[in-house]
Amino acid sequence: MTYEERLQHVSVLGAAGKMGSGILLLTAVEMADLSMKPENRGKPFVLYAIDVSDEALSGVMKYLKAQVLKIAEKKVVALRKVYAARPDLIDNDEIIDQYIFDVLSIVRPSTRMEAAFDSHMVFEAIKEDPELKISIFKQISSNNPHQPWFFTNTSSIPITKLDEGAGLGGRIIGFHFYNPPAIQKLVEIIRAEQTLPGLEAFAYTYAKNLHKVVVPSHDVAGFIGNGHFMRDILHAASEVEKLGNNFSFVESVYVMNKISQDLLVRPMGIFQLIDYVGVDVCSFIMSVMDHNLKEETVHCPLLDRFIALGVKGGQHSDGSQKDGILKYEKGRPVAIYDPATKAYMAISEFQASVDKILGNLPVVPAWKAVVGNKAKEAILREYFGNLKAASGLGAELARFYATRSCEIGQQLVSSGVAGSENDVNTVLLTGFFHAYGPINNYLD
Amino acid sequence: MRRKVYMVAGYNTLSMGTGRKEFNPKKERPGLEEYIREAGQGTLMQIGGAGNVDEGVIGNFMASRFNRQANLAAFFPYVDEGLRYKPAVRVEGACATGGLALMTGIRSVLAETAEVVLVIGVEVQNTVKAIYCADFLAGAGWFKNRKTGHAYFFPGQFSDRAGAYFEKYGKEKTRQALARWFRNAIENARLCPTAQEYHNVAKDLEVLGMMEPNGKTFVDHLNIFDCSKVSDGASAIAIVSEEGLKRCGIPVGEAIEVMGWGQMEEDITKPPADPTALTTTKEAVKQALASAGITRDQIGTAEIHDCFTIAGLMCMEAIGFAEKGKGADFILEGNTARNGRFPINTTGGLIGWGHPTGGTGVHQAVTILEQLTGKAGEAQVVIPADRPYGLTVNMGGDDKSLVSIVYKKAE
Repeated sequence: MTYEERLQHVSVLGAAGKMGSGILLLTAVEMADLSMKPENRGKPFVLYAIDVSDEALSGVMKYLKAQVLKIAEKKVVALRKVYAARPDLIDNDEIIDQYIFDVLSIVRPSTRMEAAFDSHMVFEAIKEDPELKISIFKQISSNNPHQPWFFTNTSSIPITKLDEGAGLGGRIIGFHFYNPPAIQKLVEIIRAEQTLPGLEAFAYTYAKNLHKVVVPSHDVAGFIGNGHFMRDILHAASEVEKLGNNFSFVESVYVMNKISQDLLVRPMGIFQLIDYVGVDVCSFIMSVMDHNLKEETVHCPLLDRFIALGVKGGQHSDGSQKDGILKYEKGRPVAIYDPATKAYMAISEFQASVDKILGNLPVVPAWKAVVGNKAKEAILREYFGNLKAASGLGAELARFYATRSCEIGQQLVSSGVAGSENDVNTVLLTGFFHAYGPINNYLD
Repeated sequence: MRRKVYMVAGYNTLSMGTGRKEFNPKKERPGLEEYIREAGQGTLMQIGGAGNVDEGVIGNFMASRFNRQANLAAFFPYVDEGLRYKPAVRVEGACATGGLALMTGIRSVLAETAEVVLVIGVEVQNTVKAIYCADFLAGAGWFKNRKTGHAYFFPGQFSDRAGAYFEKYGKEKTRQALARWFRNAIENARLCPTAQEYHNVAKDLEVLGMMEPNGKTFVDHLNIFDCSKVSDGASAIAIVSEEGLKRCGIPVGEAIEVMGWGQMEEDITKPPADPTALTTTKEAVKQALASAGITRDQIGTAEIHDCFTIAGLMCMEAIGFAEKGKGADFILEGNTARNGRFPINTTGGLIGWGHPTGGTGVHQAVTILEQLTGKAGEAQVVIPADRPYGLTVNMGGDDKSLVSIVYKKAE
């Protein structure tokens, strides 16, 4: 089966979710572009968008329409050539509208899993639950006569376990997009022990055609991305606990969020990132890692405490941030949840006094000003040089945080999860939008 | 000429669009009617009010698509109630619309049907993204060519011209001249508070100008710095007779006199006879200079139609400032800079000041008025006593509709 044939009949499971909708979008566009090649004219291309609720699926179609519009506007120069033989399409808006129609008409929303029984490949982006995934793979595999290939977007579950559990005989690969898939450049590809060579080759071609940066990860729970992120959370949580001797709980959370964002020159603080991903999702990933990693405990009581109180974070369907550990106004954190009083406390109430205790800090370049800057390396070297020389609690916490982040990265390499230090850095740069890789010598 | 025709009381709104600090594509902005009113009132205030006006001419290219608005002449009473029940007309000739509006006013004064004509040129284009703007502006070409044309239709047309020019006369030096043209435009715009590039602080403008074009996302032979931007703006001016000057109470020294013009059309259905030359522009300028009885060497400053840098370069050859194929040398030798022999587009031109298409021709006249009467502020250039003439070249479509006017400070 050729690349095109494989992509003629595809299903996305969990298509209305945050990750699933992005995967659906990218796949629909790739399929539509293939369908418009002269040699493929007249061949059917079908993409089932499968999810549990009709409401969510109707929302996803609106999302697709808005996103395909943006994509079409960017590539209208090429689209005019694609539709050159259509005399009725003259203005750019007519061409763009037709393209949107052509992409959307490939997509068939369905609440029935049976729709995947005819597909040649199945993308899975459902809940991070190994049992559920295995059960669904089994059902599809046993009812689908085409021996379909499975692409799982799991960010933590070992692929070999899914392969063995569902009896797929190597017809599965880890294909881990980052949130949001349409924007983040990174895909982690994780082969299971038995993954078919043809499937693996296809996965790399597919990622390349989506213009993604691919980093292969070894099949160890958490892979590279969450392998770093979850341990970063554990570090922040343990620091919050230590700070408890001198600060209140909300103050400690504020301190570590500030250190991890401002002083580490990252796009978000660690607690904001937890909210962005979802407190419950982070906790779930940790439990999967904990279950699979025998020599290490990956468990964060702090997250459990928030979940028990119903503090979950995550995003609204329009992509805006829900309140979680932090409360947001116009996307910026303004208050922190205090489990003792079960209420948010405004950051402005304690910010000045806490900042004073953190001491004099070096002038920190804003992440936004650094990330796309050509002189990034020099800016970061100068900043970290100043941080190294600075005294005071804030600088000390920042140095420790950066050192720990570097250690986590190095451990991912030494334990064989990542093939190289460069792979770890690429994941943080392209999947987490960091301005620099965690494995560096800025503080040496 | 049967009697003297003057222009006075120029007014420009801001040229609004990307580059201006005030511009935010996500926020609501002034509409077409507000630009018309601001420009119209700006001129009326200088000529003693609407009571002195005999008729109105409004130039606009494509409000029917940008703003879903036609019947623009009926906005004159909205500018000022004193214009109710007075005659007015809307004219259109793509990017030469403003020039045609001026010619219509000039003819009314010459015909003695009016002593004072209020002329407004306007376009409000930021109602749509650039990619749709390109569709609307493509109306300046023959519609039957739209289907086979580039997504960015006019950048595509002038990219083809640039490609042909590169091939015939060499790419490297020509590209450097286009980059210099861009730099001059931005540096001039920085001296004019209403210019779209007034806030531009980019360093190394010529390095930007040398950016390699990317045909995959835009066109093959031009980069974005070679192109005028999408602009919202309006300009107004009064065209008056001697009697009109008196009626408005304006001293003759504050006016410029229309000394001659060239106005003509070329067949819109035909491709350019020579893609490396602006042949209609050449004819129009020749006619303008002849009717004014002057030579190009008597020109002190010019406002020319640089919708693209390559159009600016070719226009230097069409005027005759440079021999054919020598336009790049002429620019690189500094002749067109504000301190050069022929300061061109002293407030930035279409690339630097902005290109609200239907308003551009009127804006050119306002700039010449300011320069020849010493009211250009920081953008003022020296007008030598032996070269007292100002020239405008306003082009519609791909060298199809042309208006070129010669002016001199009134005495």
